Amino acid sequence: MDLNTVWFLLVGVLISGYAVLDGFDLGVGVLHLFAKSDEERDVHVAAIGPVWDGNEVWLLTGGGALFAAFPVVYATVFSGFYLALMLLLVALILRAVSMEFRHGLDSPRWRRVFDWSFGVGSLLPSILFGVAVGNVLRGVPLTAEHEWAGSFLGLLNPYSVLVGLVSLAMFVMHGALYLRMKSEGALHERMGKVAVGAWAAFLAVYGIATVATFLVSPFLFEKVAAKPVFWALIALLAAGLFTIPRATRAGRSGTAFLASSATIVASIFLAATSLYPRLVPSLGGLWNSLDIYNSASSPKTRTVMLVIALLGMPLVLVYTAVVYRIFKGKVRPGQAYGAEPTAAEQAGIRAVQTR
Amino acid sequence: MDALMLARIQFAFTIGFHFIFPPISIGLAWMLVAAEWLGWKKSDPDYVRVGKFFGKLFAVNFAVGVATGIVMEFQFGTNWAQYSKFVGDIFGAPLAAEGIFAFFLESTFLGLYLYGRGRVSKGLHWFSALMVAVGATLSAFWIIVANSWQQTPAGYVVRNGRAELTDFWAAVFNPSTMPRYLHTVTAALVCGAFVMSGVAAWHLLRDRKSIFAYKALRLGVTSGLVFSILEVMPFGHLHAQQVARTQPEKFAAIEGLYTSQHHAPLVLFAIPFSPPPQLKANIEVPGMLSWMAFGDMAAHVQGLDAVKQEDRPPLWITFVSFHNMVALGGWFIFLMSVAAWNIYTRKLTERPLILKALVWSIPLPVVACELGWTAAEVGRQPWIVYKLLRTSQAHSATVGAAEIWFSLLLFGAVYLLLGALWLFLMIKKAKADPGELQAVSAHA
Repeated sequence: MDLNTVWFLLVGVLISGYAVLDGFDLGVGVLHLFAKSDEERDVHVAAIGPVWDGNEVWLLTGGGALFAAFPVVYATVFSGFYLALMLLLVALILRAVSMEFRHGLDSPRWRRVFDWSFGVGSLLPSILFGVAVGNVLRGVPLTAEHEWAGSFLGLLNPYSVLVGLVSLAMFVMHGALYLRMKSEGALHERMGKVAVGAWAAFLAVYGIATVATFLVSPFLFEKVAAKPVFWALIALLAAGLFTIPRATRAGRSGTAFLASSATIVASIFLAATSLYPRLVPSLGGLWNSLDIYNSASSPKTRTVMLVIALLGMPLVLVYTAVVYRIFKGKVRPGQAYGAEPTAAEQAGIRAVQTR
Repeated sequence: MDALMLARIQFAFTIGFHFIFPPISIGLAWMLVAAEWLGWKKSDPDYVRVGKFFGKLFAVNFAVGVATGIVMEFQFGTNWAQYSKFVGDIFGAPLAAEGIFAFFLESTFLGLYLYGRGRVSKGLHWFSALMVAVGATLSAFWIIVANSWQQTPAGYVVRNGRAELTDFWAAVFNPSTMPRYLHTVTAALVCGAFVMSGVAAWHLLRDRKSIFAYKALRLGVTSGLVFSILEVMPFGHLHAQQVARTQPEKFAAIEGLYTSQHHAPLVLFAIPFSPPPQLKANIEVPGMLSWMAFGDMAAHVQGLDAVKQEDRPPLWITFVSFHNMVALGGWFIFLMSVAAWNIYTRKLTERPLILKALVWSIPLPVVACELGWTAAEVGRQPWIVYKLLRTSQAHSATVGAAEIWFSLLLFGAVYLLLGALWLFLMIKKAKADPGELQAVSAHA
């Protein structure tokens, strides 16, 4: 495996890390728009409160890694998707500050404003990430000099919007399963139903999108059937999709969430396997595509970055896992942001810790 | 206005707005590490309250810093595609390293710090504050590495129409990295110390017997005095000497030197005019600039006239921002010295004027940061990478003026709102009654 392929994989790992981790944050944010009461909204926010910030770093690191490993893709795609990306950034800004600001003032109106901007700031990225992936799968208009030659409205083509719906359904399903793990009572029950509903929606739009991909980008399916990894990913996807509704109905929330994570990873790597070794297919002719060779940084940079990633990422995974462990368990209504546990809760925490 | 100018305005606006928050976060994080340490090790409930109280300010500030920082990570690609293609081989690496070594650390442990009080042991809780501070400080390192490479590029060769990495460590520790890093991080520590001192002074003005406020003030003023001295001597001085050696055009602009000369004077005050670049109403010390830059009153200092007009940085904005930054630096040392002396003689609570000065000086270190950053970045012009790539050849050719107008107005509106909300919440939390914070009594 050459260094270009290693970096193709690493960028894929960062993107799927982001989709699995911040994916449930986004999903919970969308679901939060439909919460039934203030108490429920507090549970939504408290469930992701301690971890969302670290999850979003996967996006920043993915952006940095793309810049370092494939600078031509970073420059061409980001400048090409200009307006869409600006909208995405504004949405991510609103979402990030709303979670902090909503606790700032003890007023229902104040809270309602930030609840809305939190919800919309989660909804928009959930769709836009898919739209971006859709455009890459479809191919983008590039000049012979690998400059962008498209328009903003061109990004909103039916195929890409369809992929946007796939990512929306995926994140809502994932978020519902996460929230089900973290909640109790009526919310817990409802999230089971929402998750299964979102699962059905995901299955439907993913199926339609797969057929559409055959028509829009037949090149993605050339030779792919000969790769063993393709069939392994199909198996993983099928296993994940098979498990989600069963585990949910059986009340095994953790298993369902893991299955949903596997589904996300499998669907991202399926797309990646079909693209490989291309990164951004060119609409005007595939010979003009950006691939892992013609858009890469120098071998020296990719080697240095590999060392940095191998040194840093295991450590990141370890302390991220530790923090998730500390905050595992249910979030209760009234467990407000930054509030210390009550005496009874502390006794419970100690009991869990000593067990 | 053409697309290039708009892209420059948008970058200046978004980075200038973003740069309000990280210095406060870095500085305040270390103040929290100190307060939480004292609260934990000395079992001092007052310091625990200081930690909790300023932790709330920190959380608001950090959130806005993170939110506005996301934009910066992507804006090189969206608005500066030609630049990204030219420097991607070098510039992307520190950004990715910042994510891996710094952002993960500070963000993950911030969750533990904010939500973990009473849920995890006090030792682990303090450790989480420490990791937030370490992460924030490391993040400053990698971003300064990236920016310093634009100032004094090293460890590269221009090949295949781009700058390619040849020596990673030479690029990371290029001639300006360390002087700029120490100067910038110390500036952030000054910001944190002023926030803590100023807020504590406000509470002390309301309640002269507040032990909470007195302890916070003592911590803030002690750190503020140490860091505002270190900021100028040695770190500011070393940075200026480095600029004189490695970027003489910038040095000439910030110091207002038009004519190359021996025995160059240090300009303390002047009003800059151009064209041609010149100073009026000067107050200057003869020979002093030569001495400060090179340790010799007779040393030759290069002026703006040594380079062609199209290679000169603009005089007015660099000169004015630099000199105001220096003046503010002097004020910080003066104010903190007076405050420290009055704490030492136990008279500070009887000196409302000093307390008021501390309150009104809260935003000034951030202003100084902005001025210093302006001098550094404008002083590098007309280059985006010093003597390698001009700013005028670096923007995204495919992004038109109309698109940037749209995003500029969008960010303008969002940031205006964000700035107002941030200020409102910071002031509200700064004025909150610290008595309402229960010190942790239960062992956890």
